[in-house]
Amino acid sequence: MTPPQSQEQRLKRQRVQDRLFRGSTQFFAFLVLALLAGIIISLFIGAMPAIKHFGLGFITGTDWNPVTEQFGGWNSITGTLLSSFIALLIGVPVSFGIAIFLTELSPVWLRRPLGMAIELLAGVPSIIYGMWGLFVFAPWFADNIQPTLAEATVNIPLIGALFQGPPMGIGMFTAGLILSIMVIPFIASVMRDVFEIVPAMLKESAYGLGCTTWEVVWNVVLPYTKNGVIGGVMLGLGRALGETMAVTFVIGNAHSGISSLFDPATSIAATLANEFTEATGELHTASLIELGMLLFVITFVVLSLSKLLLLRLEKSEGSNT
Amino acid sequence: MTGLTPKLAVKKLDFYYGHFHALKNINLDIYEGKVTAFIGPSGCGKSTLLRTFNRMYGLYPKQRAEGEINMNGRNLLDSDVDLNMLRAKVGMVFQKPTPFPMSIYDNIAFGVKLYENLSKPDMDDRVEWALQKAALWNEAKDKLKQSGLGLSGGQQQRLCIARAVAVKPEVLLLDEPTSALDPISTAHIEELVHELKQDYTIAIVTHNMQQAARVSDYTAYMYLGELIEVGQTDGIFTTPQKKATEDYITGKFG
Repeated sequence: MTPPQSQEQRLKRQRVQDRLFRGSTQFFAFLVLALLAGIIISLFIGAMPAIKHFGLGFITGTDWNPVTEQFGGWNSITGTLLSSFIALLIGVPVSFGIAIFLTELSPVWLRRPLGMAIELLAGVPSIIYGMWGLFVFAPWFADNIQPTLAEATVNIPLIGALFQGPPMGIGMFTAGLILSIMVIPFIASVMRDVFEIVPAMLKESAYGLGCTTWEVVWNVVLPYTKNGVIGGVMLGLGRALGETMAVTFVIGNAHSGISSLFDPATSIAATLANEFTEATGELHTASLIELGMLLFVITFVVLSLSKLLLLRLEKSEGSNT
Repeated sequence: MTGLTPKLAVKKLDFYYGHFHALKNINLDIYEGKVTAFIGPSGCGKSTLLRTFNRMYGLYPKQRAEGEINMNGRNLLDSDVDLNMLRAKVGMVFQKPTPFPMSIYDNIAFGVKLYENLSKPDMDDRVEWALQKAALWNEAKDKLKQSGLGLSGGQQQRLCIARAVAVKPEVLLLDEPTSALDPISTAHIEELVHELKQDYTIAIVTHNMQQAARVSDYTAYMYLGELIEVGQTDGIFTTPQKKATEDYITGKFG
């Protein structure tokens, strides 16, 4: 074999290898899309009987009765949204504080152990949170916090009503609280990571104008890292929306509407976990699948809204050209 | 040197990064209304010295300064000096442009709002005044609402100067302000330094000796944490008193 030929062959072989490599990575990437489509389609097919039977009334219906085969998802849907909302309401400020402390204020020797503790907290399996929430936190909460909170807020209009009712420990508020503990490590570690990438010189410029740490964080660090921060919050929200085990343990699993945050309630994930094994009728199974599909839709809508929010923020900051 | 008042009087200043002795017994006056340039090879402590003037080092726990830096009759290294007020009086511009992630207008108004409660028209005037001072008004007046990040590198640096000037400091610290800029932008900034010294006392760190010769009234040569020689710029560059200074400015060393 003469050298030029062998070189040509080698080039040809490389071209084939390249094409193969490209093809296989492309295959994996598209596999994700195919899986996603497959899940959506099978959910849709599974939910078909319920969709046909209840129509849009499934979303607004508040009845959930397997005996009479009357199914409405309103309470589960609002339960999911409300518990996640409570989780973020508590979790985001706390995470923000943790991240600020770790990046700006903490002594250097404390940063690593604290950061690791937070990452460990993220690794605790959700069933542990559920058990702890039910056996340890809920009774303590019922004895010590709920009566005080109810008493303190009873005379405040509107807000007062949110904290009334029998102190049972379990319920919507407890679910939101446990969820907030679960999302804090995610949001806090993402926030810490993005705060760390802010150039020291940019922060020094703000300090150099005479800013306090708070002013630097609020006016410079946060706008600079807003994409990452919102991404972290969305990561937490995604986890809160879909969290099943911990919520099932502490939310109370009641399909009735709630008038107070202390009332037992339910969420989509909790309903699914509780009832799937017992669902015998076709309509019951289909209704559960439709709930699952709605959870999918909610997650998708929430993620899209966060992208829109980012676009709006970018506009308000002024265009870059 | 009659008629000169020291704006910053540095006496027996020592500085430490942990155990590393970075500035050794610095004694120096920075005169009011003059430009003082700090030159010397990398790592000689020029920037460190500059960062003691607004106590920027205080952000980092292992850094500490000992000695005196007197300004307006007070030792600004005293622990009871209000850092925010000090930094309102001593503005700083950094090696790279660091516009805040907000509009051009807000970049300037931001610092002013920390100290003064101006009405909208007054704030507009202040923003225009600061941009005029930084020779950026003509280029920026039509896009005040746009992001400061959209400007070119040289414009961004002038925005940073405008931002520092807007709070009406007494001293301006420029830490290699042109090191990330092209020659034309550099020339702009140097002209600006000439203009600004009528109102401010300026201390500038530079790697570029021609720049020191062009913009400064006084030049200080530093080496390995020590102040080797300081004097009027003309003198330093034509008849340096010390051999080390001569070697550095003639390019034999450094």
